[in-house]
Amino acid sequence: MSAYRFLVNGAPAQVDVPGMRRLLDVLRDDLGLTGTKEGCGEGECGACSVLLDGQVVDACLVPVCQVEGRIVRTVEGLSLAARERGSLDTLQEAFLEHGAAQCGICTPGMLMAARAYLDAGGGPDDESIREAIAGNLCRCTGYTKIVDAIVAVATPLE
Amino acid sequence: MPAEPQIDVPRHLFEAYERLAAGPTRPIAGGTDVMVAITGELAPIPERMLDLSRIDALRGIQLEAGSLVLGARTTYTEIRRSALCREHLPVLVEAAATIGAAQIQNRGTLGGNIANASPAGDMLPILLATDAAILVGGQRGEREIPAKDFFIAYRKTALAPDELILHVRFPLPPGREVRFRKVGTRRAQAISKVVMALAWEDFGSTGWQNVRVALGSVAATPIRARKTELILEGARPTPEAADLAAEILVRELNPIDDVRSTADYRRMVSARILHRLLREAGGW
Ligand SMILES: Cc1cc2nc3c(=O)[nH]c(=O)nc-3n(C[C@H](O)[C@H](O)[C@H](O)COP(=O)(O)OP(=O)(O)OC[C@H]3O[C@@H](n4cnc5c(N)ncnc54)[C@H](O)[C@@H]3O)c2cc1C
Ligand code: FES
Ligand code: FES
Repeated sequence: MSAYRFLVNGAPAQVDVPGMRRLLDVLRDDLGLTGTKEGCGEGECGACSVLLDGQVVDACLVPVCQVEGRIVRTVEGLSLAARERGSLDTLQEAFLEHGAAQCGICTPGMLMAARAYLDAGGGPDDESIREAIAGNLCRCTGYTKIVDAIVAVATPLE
Repeated sequence: MPAEPQIDVPRHLFEAYERLAAGPTRPIAGGTDVMVAITGELAPIPERMLDLSRIDALRGIQLEAGSLVLGARTTYTEIRRSALCREHLPVLVEAAATIGAAQIQNRGTLGGNIANASPAGDMLPILLATDAAILVGGQRGEREIPAKDFFIAYRKTALAPDELILHVRFPLPPGREVRFRKVGTRRAQAISKVVMALAWEDFGSTGWQNVRVALGSVAATPIRARKTELILEGARPTPEAADLAAEILVRELNPIDDVRSTADYRRMVSARILHRLLREAGGW
């Protein structure tokens, strides 16, 4: 056991856990942030996607010792800034508007992958968006509505 | 919750070497292979692990005396963004873009792909086709292992248990071209059914020189198709040469049947990929 310190959604976090504990388990079990989902536990589905220093990663494949001193963003953090205004993140709004969530298991990971894409300056073209979410499986929506929602946010306002 | 073996997090190479020399220790770089193995209990759980993520000596992409040198911890995303790779060995950029999706590319490393030594490791045929050398190190010193001597048997490499991969050196001979093609099931996230790298040097009058045909997923290790290489040596990428090379390749390969694909399919696809690459090179 060791103490690991890092930022989660802007706030300092410290956990006293084995260094090989998965970031996914640390978030869900040690920090109570259950927005991040576990699907496959082996990097295939992307349900556990979070941002690590701004890059999208599968939290089920990251041991917490590698997170020491770094910046984690989860789906809970997505709406933090927006909540001050009493609203959701623009991406979350767009997912709602376009019906991009059905059962919702894939949604937190999908949102984080899309957020990473937009933060890196990604534009509204279909192919790039599909590449950006290729690591996130959805069994319900057929992806079209998800892509539409991301396109809507990526399209510059006139 | 999956097993949580003991892990050390050294900052310097010498500390890592000490740990490795002290007893069986499994390194972890991006974790995209090793975490899956632990969670899925696909292999015996290592007792001790060694995190490589804080060791700066394993990072970086440099041009050194006519070679492109990539640190073992270089991620696929770093390769895709590297101006040096794009300029000097664009095939690395092309291949990195086909590996997993963003989540895997942001974490998975070149050194991990090599040490993991899966026959389906997508970067490995490129190492073979470019005559790359793998620099490894440990308490007993450093040594450079040519890629062609590195992959010994199924998932077995020339790396000793107390050694780390430090970096990979890709020589950059003038006039060399390298092509890459991967056939999987889906576009992203797909484990290769067949992956091929083709390299040659072209000085005009003499025909192709130093031809390399390297493949993954068709044998227990990544391999070079030496008979096919010989057929193409000194040749030009004409339709006749392509037909002949494809035919020789089908006979030379001895792939396996497995859950992803049959041996015949792999042979056929390999021949078709080679034919296509030669057609593109010949411009017909
Ligand atoms: C969803 C998914 C999709 C994937 N898609 C592909 C794909 O398309 N193509 C492909 O080729 N692979 C693919 N992979 C496999 C994997 O991502 C790659 O092999 C990757 O390069 C492994 O690198 P890593 O740093 O994550 O390795 P790790 O998991 O950290 O390590 C892998 C092995 O290498 C050893 N190791 C790592 N670094 C060193 C070093 N410097 N010295 C000595 N030993 C070392 C470790 O001990 C371990 O045995 C995929 C994996 C997943 C989960
Ligand atoms: S739970 Fe992590 S990728 Fe599926
Ligand atoms: S909404 Fe059900 S998996 Fe995507």
